[in-house]
Amino acid sequence: MNEVCFKNIDKDQCWSLANYEATGGYSVWRKILKGEYTPEQIIAELKTSGLRGRGGAGFPTGLKWSFMPRNAPGQKYIVCNSDEGEPGTCKDRDILRFNPHAVIEGMAIGSFVMNATVGYNYIRGEFIEPFNRFEGALKEAYEAGLLGKDINDSGIDFDLYSHLGAGAYICGEETALLESIEGKKGQPRFKPPFPANVGLFGKPTTINNTESFASVPDIMLNGGQWFADLGVENSGGTKLFSVSGHVTSPANFEVSMGMPFKELLELAGGMRNGAKLKAVIPGGSSTPVLTAEVAMAMTMDYDGIDKAGSMLGAGSVIIMDDSTCMVEALTRLAHFYYDESCGQCTPCREGTGWLYRVLKRIMDGKGKADDIDLLLGVQEKIMGNTICALGDAAAMPVESFLRNFREEFEYYIEHGKSMVKG
Amino acid sequence: MISDNAKKQIDSWIAKYPQGKQSSAVMEALKVVQAENNNQLNHDLIQAVADYLDMPGIAAAEVATFYENYNHKPVGKHIIRFCHNISCMLTGADDLISHLETKLGVKTGEVTKDGLISVKKVECLGACVGAPMFQIGDQYYENLTTDKVDEIVDGLK
Repeated sequence: MNEVCFKNIDKDQCWSLANYEATGGYSVWRKILKGEYTPEQIIAELKTSGLRGRGGAGFPTGLKWSFMPRNAPGQKYIVCNSDEGEPGTCKDRDILRFNPHAVIEGMAIGSFVMNATVGYNYIRGEFIEPFNRFEGALKEAYEAGLLGKDINDSGIDFDLYSHLGAGAYICGEETALLESIEGKKGQPRFKPPFPANVGLFGKPTTINNTESFASVPDIMLNGGQWFADLGVENSGGTKLFSVSGHVTSPANFEVSMGMPFKELLELAGGMRNGAKLKAVIPGGSSTPVLTAEVAMAMTMDYDGIDKAGSMLGAGSVIIMDDSTCMVEALTRLAHFYYDESCGQCTPCREGTGWLYRVLKRIMDGKGKADDIDLLLGVQEKIMGNTICALGDAAAMPVESFLRNFREEFEYYIEHGKSMVKG
Repeated sequence: MISDNAKKQIDSWIAKYPQGKQSSAVMEALKVVQAENNNQLNHDLIQAVADYLDMPGIAAAEVATFYENYNHKPVGKHIIRFCHNISCMLTGADDLISHLETKLGVKTGEVTKDGLISVKKVECLGACVGAPMFQIGDQYYENLTTDKVDEIVDGLK
């Protein structure tokens, strides 16, 4: 446990430059500055490591980095997505608070690979403590001569800045995030063109999640194979899992990919008050909910969770015990997407409102017999019909809650009250 | 319209972006002027920010109304931003919000009579392992209980 992003977490002032450097921090970056690595070597190492995008999409990081036209003329950018805000997800906050230098070094390594001399870390507007920690680390890194122009006479430039959001979940979508840095509403762009060709300020841009960047320095330090071996096939390395809800000790745990869900639950102290597990959302509120039985047989890696019928997402494990009313839980999630839809695409803008209002009417005791079919119909019309994945994210919980816990919805509609809470 | 102090803060943000891309600083600029105006924006302030950043007023207004962190109605000196989404809901946020409403004599979205506190229900604040939680100013308060809520709120001046 705690071998990569969290390896220094037990130290006093674990976020300091001194602590980071004591365990090999910035040694990869210093080697790059001395000309001891080529971009191709780094990409090869990342591909070997099996690192996949930790923001939720799971796209192989090495492959993403290889897409950047590093030799194209003109400015290129590297951007870190620290706009964490999907219900259940709170790992990047802790990486920024407790290991900000790993994010900086990861971004610096990426900037060299992709020849991007300027970087931005987009931090959600509410994360003032993590922002201050990151700014403090940036200051340390500049003062130590690790960032700036012609760093240590290497001919390498890298300037890194943080940008604060202002409260919009949609800005975690990478093209909405770019719009937001440009000072606009966070509405996702049509793709193609992809950011690797037309990104920030119209220039080639690579965007990775905070945890992805923070994993890169140790992958280079210890080798891609070391990282791959920490995990399982197709899911290299470790992963931060945010375990929240009805557990005894909710926390972020950095563990090896492939850990049985059962063990992760034990790490979190097991079920709160010894209650019975009822349901698990394994990857954040947008990923399909699973029944206890399915979850208990699952392993925590991309393929393991896929096989169980859900997705690893950002590793945000929401635990629900048998006191949970699934109608209430879904209504709350539907409210989130209704609130956060950017309004650009009709199926999502209107559909999320329909989903929330129909669920709310069921909770108000005014549900109609065909409301379940109505909900299923609406989510089906959103799914796949929007510019970005927020539409799918709103639809998937609805389908999975209704499939796995349909009787609770039927009961609520028929009796006008919760089957669980009365 | 924009104070010298605010201009200084806005300029430090403009410096982060390429030449001619000063509108990238609009989100922070709006926060800065909002903070100097009792946590509230209005048309004139938004236009002043737009003028300062050399961008159309409507573009600044779009930003000011799209993002959640801007207020267009009176709010308290302290805004309690209470997370009510799934992890907080599962750990008792709804009861704590009711407790807070009763304690302060206001509903969410309202301001106390003395103008000191307003309560707002917000979506996920990204601190789910510390649920239930709320934010006041720059600070997160986690693992809340009724006693803890009372203590924090009683300390607001």
